[in-house]
Amino acid sequence: MAFSEQEIRQLARLARLELTAEEVRMVGPQLERILEFVQQLAELNTDQVEPMTTALDIQNCWAADQVADGLQRSAALANAPQADGEHFLVPPVLPGGNG
Amino acid sequence: MTATRDDHGRFPFETIIGLEVHVQLKTVSKLFCRCSTKFGAAPNTQICPVCLGLPGALPVINQQAIELSIRAGLALNCRIPEFTKWDRKQYFYPDLPKGYQISQYDLPICAEGYLDLPETDTGEAAKRIGLFRAHLEEDAGKSMHDETGGLTQSRIDLNRCGTPLLEIVTKPDLRSAEEARRFLLELKLLLTHLEISDCEMQEGSLRVDANVNLHISAGNQKVVTPIVEIKNMNSFRAVERAIGFESLRQYDEWEETGATIQTVSKRTFGWNDVREQTFVQREKEESADYRYFPDPDLIPVALPAERVDAIRAALGELPSQTRTRFETQYQLKPYDADVIVNQGPTLVRYFEAVAKVAGDAKRTSAWIQQDVMRTLKEQQCELNDFPIAAPTLGQLLRKVTEGSLDNARARDVFQYLLRHGGTLDEATKALGIEAVDQSELDLLCDRLLAENAKVIDDVRGGKQQALGALIGQAKRINPNVNPGQLRQRLLEKINAV
Amino acid sequence: MTVPLDSAAQLSQLLTSGEATAVEVAQEALRRIEASEPAINAFNHVAGEAVIRQAEELDKRRSAGQPLGRLAGIPVAVKDVLCTTEMPTTCASRMLRDYMSPYDATVIAKLRAADALLIGKTNMDEFAMGASTENSACGPTYNPWDRTRTPGGSSGGAAAAVAACDVPLSLGSDTGGSIRQPAAFCGITGMKPTYGRVSRYGLVAFASSLDQIGPMSWDAADNALLMSVIAGHDPRDSTSLPAAVDDYSLAVAQADVRGMRIGVIRDQLENPGLDDDARQAVQAAIDVFRDAGAELIDVRFQYSRYWVPTYYIIAPCEASSNLSRYDGAHYGFRSLGTREVVQKFGPLMAMYCHSRDDGFGPEVKRRIMLGTYALSEGYAAKYYTKALSVRRLIRQDYDDAFAKVDILLGPVTPTPAFRLGEKMDDPLQMYLCDLFTVGANLAGLPALAVPAGKTADALPVGIQLQAAPLHEPALYRAAGAFQQATEHHTRRPPQ
Repeated sequence: MAFSEQEIRQLARLARLELTAEEVRMVGPQLERILEFVQQLAELNTDQVEPMTTALDIQNCWAADQVADGLQRSAALANAPQADGEHFLVPPVLPGGNG
Repeated sequence: MTATRDDHGRFPFETIIGLEVHVQLKTVSKLFCRCSTKFGAAPNTQICPVCLGLPGALPVINQQAIELSIRAGLALNCRIPEFTKWDRKQYFYPDLPKGYQISQYDLPICAEGYLDLPETDTGEAAKRIGLFRAHLEEDAGKSMHDETGGLTQSRIDLNRCGTPLLEIVTKPDLRSAEEARRFLLELKLLLTHLEISDCEMQEGSLRVDANVNLHISAGNQKVVTPIVEIKNMNSFRAVERAIGFESLRQYDEWEETGATIQTVSKRTFGWNDVREQTFVQREKEESADYRYFPDPDLIPVALPAERVDAIRAALGELPSQTRTRFETQYQLKPYDADVIVNQGPTLVRYFEAVAKVAGDAKRTSAWIQQDVMRTLKEQQCELNDFPIAAPTLGQLLRKVTEGSLDNARARDVFQYLLRHGGTLDEATKALGIEAVDQSELDLLCDRLLAENAKVIDDVRGGKQQALGALIGQAKRINPNVNPGQLRQRLLEKINAV
Repeated sequence: MTVPLDSAAQLSQLLTSGEATAVEVAQEALRRIEASEPAINAFNHVAGEAVIRQAEELDKRRSAGQPLGRLAGIPVAVKDVLCTTEMPTTCASRMLRDYMSPYDATVIAKLRAADALLIGKTNMDEFAMGASTENSACGPTYNPWDRTRTPGGSSGGAAAAVAACDVPLSLGSDTGGSIRQPAAFCGITGMKPTYGRVSRYGLVAFASSLDQIGPMSWDAADNALLMSVIAGHDPRDSTSLPAAVDDYSLAVAQADVRGMRIGVIRDQLENPGLDDDARQAVQAAIDVFRDAGAELIDVRFQYSRYWVPTYYIIAPCEASSNLSRYDGAHYGFRSLGTREVVQKFGPLMAMYCHSRDDGFGPEVKRRIMLGTYALSEGYAAKYYTKALSVRRLIRQDYDDAFAKVDILLGPVTPTPAFRLGEKMDDPLQMYLCDLFTVGANLAGLPALAVPAGKTADALPVGIQLQAAPLHEPALYRAAGAFQQATEHHTRRPPQ
């Protein structure tokens, strides 16, 4: 397992991180070591084992379809980096773009 | 066999269409929080920590959304698995504040099913359209960018964020733009009938993406064109036109460039409703890596067979079943049954209520299609606001059937009721309509025959149409007289002389 | 008179008897914090005046004879990962530097309803990722026993605030050992409850299927008191258990292990990474429990060596997803990025990537990268799904054990508190601090760290007790018995 700088940059892009050149150099070998460590799991045959996504053995938790009060708009926008009093403002979403 | 070109110089081709339909479920609160789903509120006034994706907030599923999804699944002949779960679909977009959408990946709430399209009056045969699945997911908010305004920012409204959507995915079973439209109409009828969704494309409560490509029989070879996904269609008409346009565009593209499914990967096109053209949105489908995984904030949903059976039992009659029943119970023609059923459950209920009182389903069908539906269209009103109650219309039509009122007089009454409302008695009284009794009718006949000796001769000579002049005179003397009864009495008297 | 800030039970008694007022307690806690903070840095935010005003209210209500909550007048510090109105919630991250939650976490609402004095927000590893409280945008917290050492993490501030006798009670969160390891390093008692026993609503998520909030205190009695306030079903948390809440204080008071079958996790004691002091603490505890009438049984886990690798796949996968919401769009830190990046990827992408790169610290970014990779196309089956399967095997180990014993006994950490900076350059060494603690999170069961000894340097050493899901009372009963027989929990750091 060895990451090229290009692969690290691609992964960072997928995670929306603009890593500095220094970070790119450092994180590659660190990920490699961690992945090598967790690769121990490959020793185990788990073909017959059902994956366990939760420690709970309960099912069906739901709420009735009733409207309840949410947040005042001013409270919702209070933490926004930029807002116009009605909306959150973000850098332009270009048509067809996917962020 | 070698395919040859048609009159337009084209080889024969088949359009292959699959639809992804998103319908907003008619819940009053959102899928994972209790914010209102009401359409048209001021921006960012229907949000809370959960749908805003604030740190620490957690989702709790809306029970009614599960109920409505199962209802839809059963109506669409889907298998409802005993177990369904929630997955996170991860991508970054400003209208998706958590950075992931809670959706269903490998265990959707509705598994494989189908929708039957009825035969049409224009001769299209009935057809079964297969469905891959239908799954529940939360809607995103809205991002607005006013390019003409030269804004340097996009505005985000999260009111819609978290509204429950059912995504219905068809198999690539549709073969024409018209067929796609038929599918959507039938789907809308079913979902509105069951009060699962409003299915208003204008309000975004029904959204359609179409995957389109062509199978071209070019000479000896079979060519498959690259798949295009069309988005941004805002009406059924737009869907039909966009697919029609796109299939010809793909044909031309193949002629020009030779592009096939092997050489060009899936692209995303938009639909420009004004120019009536599809246009490239994304050249190459970005190899999106959504990194689906089970949402650890939610627990799986178990749907025991008894629960599903209870919902099935409560479904009631579906539109396709109503059509068949109308044909057998009321002896309506398939076309008439179709027209009434396609108007939706309110009209179906109205029709049945009127027919029951009138005692004549065919007359009821004709009046509803001609008089009621036309009036609704002209006055742009809903049946719920229609001033003539079903029993009143039923009584009116019963009088016509019994012969105590002719069609023309009945229409006068209908118009009066439309304007003034009220009961049938009030209307007939106001219009001065009274039943003409036998002695009155005899007196009138005697007077007419005495004044029109020539008519008697004409009738005896075989010219029965001569009676028309007498009926006209009679109506002027007494508008309440029933032309049919008058005609019959006149004939009796002439023959008896 | 002196205000005993190291005992909620004593404070409660003084307040009830009228020997102390809530205002006096609040003032003393604030004075104490002011004095210790320069050396400890346990707090990211101290409430100050607001607490005094709340205390005045409480005193008025008390003198008017009105009923008061179970924690009336008791100062409680909460980890800065719990959402609070009126105080910032930063998760010790630049990303949430100025963030004010518009709502209270369920546990915070419960503390308020119990009339606790919410004294402040405690330092932590950024977004609870770390084992030393060094990954903090607010600087490291120092261990009150030895200021050259870490208090552990990620709930290091919550542990140090208790150990420094600033407050008698604190709330931490534990995803892989983040309550128990700092409790052990700071010589206090820390409970990681059954998954689903305490509502996670308002706990800023790190790894949702592993996170639990839990109480930290000097002794088991205080711990049980706070636990009984925060436990219970919450309709806002779908993963919250509907079971009724047991009487934890009664369990501590019973302090009875006669006939209790206690399993000693042999493979943990034989682990070569285990420090002698920690091994001796467990050995001594075995004798204490045997003398108190328990039956000691050896237990071996088949899959314990896979705990940490399993954890370090599942936790980063969930974290990479949970932390996607911090993207500079709706709240938190925003950076628009360099012109170069804007031109290359567009303004929105630039904002996302720069806000996240500048807003997160190195460990958080490392785990986001790791989790993103392990969930990505082509690798999810090899890493994520594989880890979930091993997770079931690990749970199976526990189920087998609890068929034979009532609770399990073992070490909390391989070593006592290590020196600040010692493991900062080696993420993997830091991850191995969780060697004995992650099992309880993966299996979703309760685990309690109890002070049980000291090293030659007088650093605290703990033991860990674990039980089957919802068997917290068994842990409290055993801890009550242990603390009746020992005095480790009464030792205080030098002032």
